[in-house]
Amino acid sequence: MKLGATWWFGIVAVVLLVLLPPIASFTQQEFYIGVATRVLAYAIAVSSLNLVLGHGGMLSLAQGSLLGAGAYTTAILTVEATKDVTFLPGATSAWITWPAAMLVGALLGLAIASISLRTRAIFFLMITLAFNQMLYYLFFSMKVYGGDDGLGMAARSDLLPGLALENDTVFFYVALALFAIFTFVQHRLVHSRFGRVLEGIRINEPRMQALGFDTYRYKLVCFAIGGAGSGLAGALLVNKNLFVSPGLLDWLQSGTLLVMTILGGVGQLWGGLLGAAAYLVIEELLSAYTQRWQIGLGVALIAVTLYAPRGLGALFVPRRP
Amino acid sequence: MLFLEQTLNALQLGLMLFLIAAGLTLVFGIMDLVNLAHGSFYMLGAYVAATVAAKSGSFAAAFLVALAAAAGVGMLVEWLLLRRVYGRGHLSQVLVTFALILIANETVRWIWGANPIDMGVPRSLAGSVALAPGLSYSEYRLAIIVAGLALAAALFWMVNCTRLGIWIRAGASNRDMARALGVDTSRLFTLVFGLGAALSAFAGAMLGPILSVQVGMGEAIIILAFVVVVIGGIGSVRGALLGSIVVAAVDTYGRAFLPSALGAFLPLDIATHLGPGLSQVSIFVLMAAILFFRPRGLMPATG
Repeated sequence: MKLGATWWFGIVAVVLLVLLPPIASFTQQEFYIGVATRVLAYAIAVSSLNLVLGHGGMLSLAQGSLLGAGAYTTAILTVEATKDVTFLPGATSAWITWPAAMLVGALLGLAIASISLRTRAIFFLMITLAFNQMLYYLFFSMKVYGGDDGLGMAARSDLLPGLALENDTVFFYVALALFAIFTFVQHRLVHSRFGRVLEGIRINEPRMQALGFDTYRYKLVCFAIGGAGSGLAGALLVNKNLFVSPGLLDWLQSGTLLVMTILGGVGQLWGGLLGAAAYLVIEELLSAYTQRWQIGLGVALIAVTLYAPRGLGALFVPRRP
Repeated sequence: MLFLEQTLNALQLGLMLFLIAAGLTLVFGIMDLVNLAHGSFYMLGAYVAATVAAKSGSFAAAFLVALAAAAGVGMLVEWLLLRRVYGRGHLSQVLVTFALILIANETVRWIWGANPIDMGVPRSLAGSVALAPGLSYSEYRLAIIVAGLALAAALFWMVNCTRLGIWIRAGASNRDMARALGVDTSRLFTLVFGLGAALSAFAGAMLGPILSVQVGMGEAIIILAFVVVVIGGIGSVRGALLGSIVVAAVDTYGRAFLPSALGAFLPLDIATHLGPGLSQVSIFVLMAAILFFRPRGLMPATG
């Protein structure tokens, strides 16, 4: 089998990422290991949104709240584990708190989509935005878990004995492994029967309905999978920062995820990684030089939207017929 | 008395929401444009009015300059940028207007700094009046209600009784048919966008003295305006008025009475924090419920 450009890009990207920590420690730039971990967490979230938007054709502004809900789930379970009297059984194990974050993301996604999918176009956009804000205010008003001050975690989750996530390099490799698994799953999903049906729905929904597919259910499942991915990204992010606040659920965060998605390329397998990396690295580099970098970002975003709507990921794949 | 006072507060918030949502719903309805950056004109209006008021001491001048600045910037942005994305689908529109938010916020931070600026209430309206025994109400808030009512009436007159209004309603109802019948839609779009920006800026200037004028104020209120537009029906000015009043009532009464209602069966400490959040949540629950039963809003404009 001849490997296509997408595969080559993936192989090169993964090799570079594997080599990143040793290079960073050798050049005494360990700071960038943390940046790269953040990129990987966001890459999972953006890939999830890419599944919903690029393959499911659903323009959702609720993705940021699902990410935030995942982060809160992990943080709340961890905090509860240190309390004497609790009404929630807490846990510090990543094997419990991370899947729990995915489950919460998926269930919330399911709930949001089940109502939002009854509407179309602008209304879908607006109702997902409303759900995003609903979750924002929910966490905002939960004084038990910090309210608007946010919630801190004392330590990262326990993964395996002898594998301490407190070590930034170990945590980076765990995030990389999860990202690789997620991308593999995404690849398999897109090329499965489910993915084909989804693609058909995106291109022409009435025709798929006429062929007998229950398009509502397919889109619902797609949204839930995107929610699970966002929840996992949230779990990673809260472990990275050891802190989560309602600001993570602000609707502007959902907008930022959309920006990353378009930067990387809608519907491209590596769009999530490219978009998250491009956005966060630009942020990291430019904000060191000027506080006004958001103006430049805004102009760049307008230029990409108008003149290169297929994003960075399109550089590596031939135009689809 | 508390209830009456809160009713006046709800009316005041509702009218200001209406000014923001009216422009938004027309832009949605006529150009089919998702404009996330509409709140930036609200912010611009507040900042310009605060600056001019501080420099000149005249509130009338502040309002006029704020309106002109927002209308000018709005028409310029429409003419230079937004007309390129009308036919491009909602994703492009969301991204371009999101970029405008980033640019607007950073530019404002550049010019005015990151700290909130203070815009005092005009001295002639600084007192309060006794509306009824035991109810005294701020003169300035009363002035907001009066100005809001006057502007809403003027807007309804314009939409229902003038030639521009006929074009606007025709455009909201069926864009292509209006164009086929000879409406210069390109000029109409620019005008409507400028009008919407000016209305939004007026609300920002009016609310400036009683809120804090800061970066991000637009993003906080624009969500409520979206809810209003969706509840009322896209493109419908009447729907926007109805939606504004409903949303403002839920928000104001919720904030005022939910904490004490919750306090009946929850510890006071939790209730005071939960109340405001839940009143916000209830707005979105209301919106979801209305969309569930009337997917096109209460008074859709398109036929």
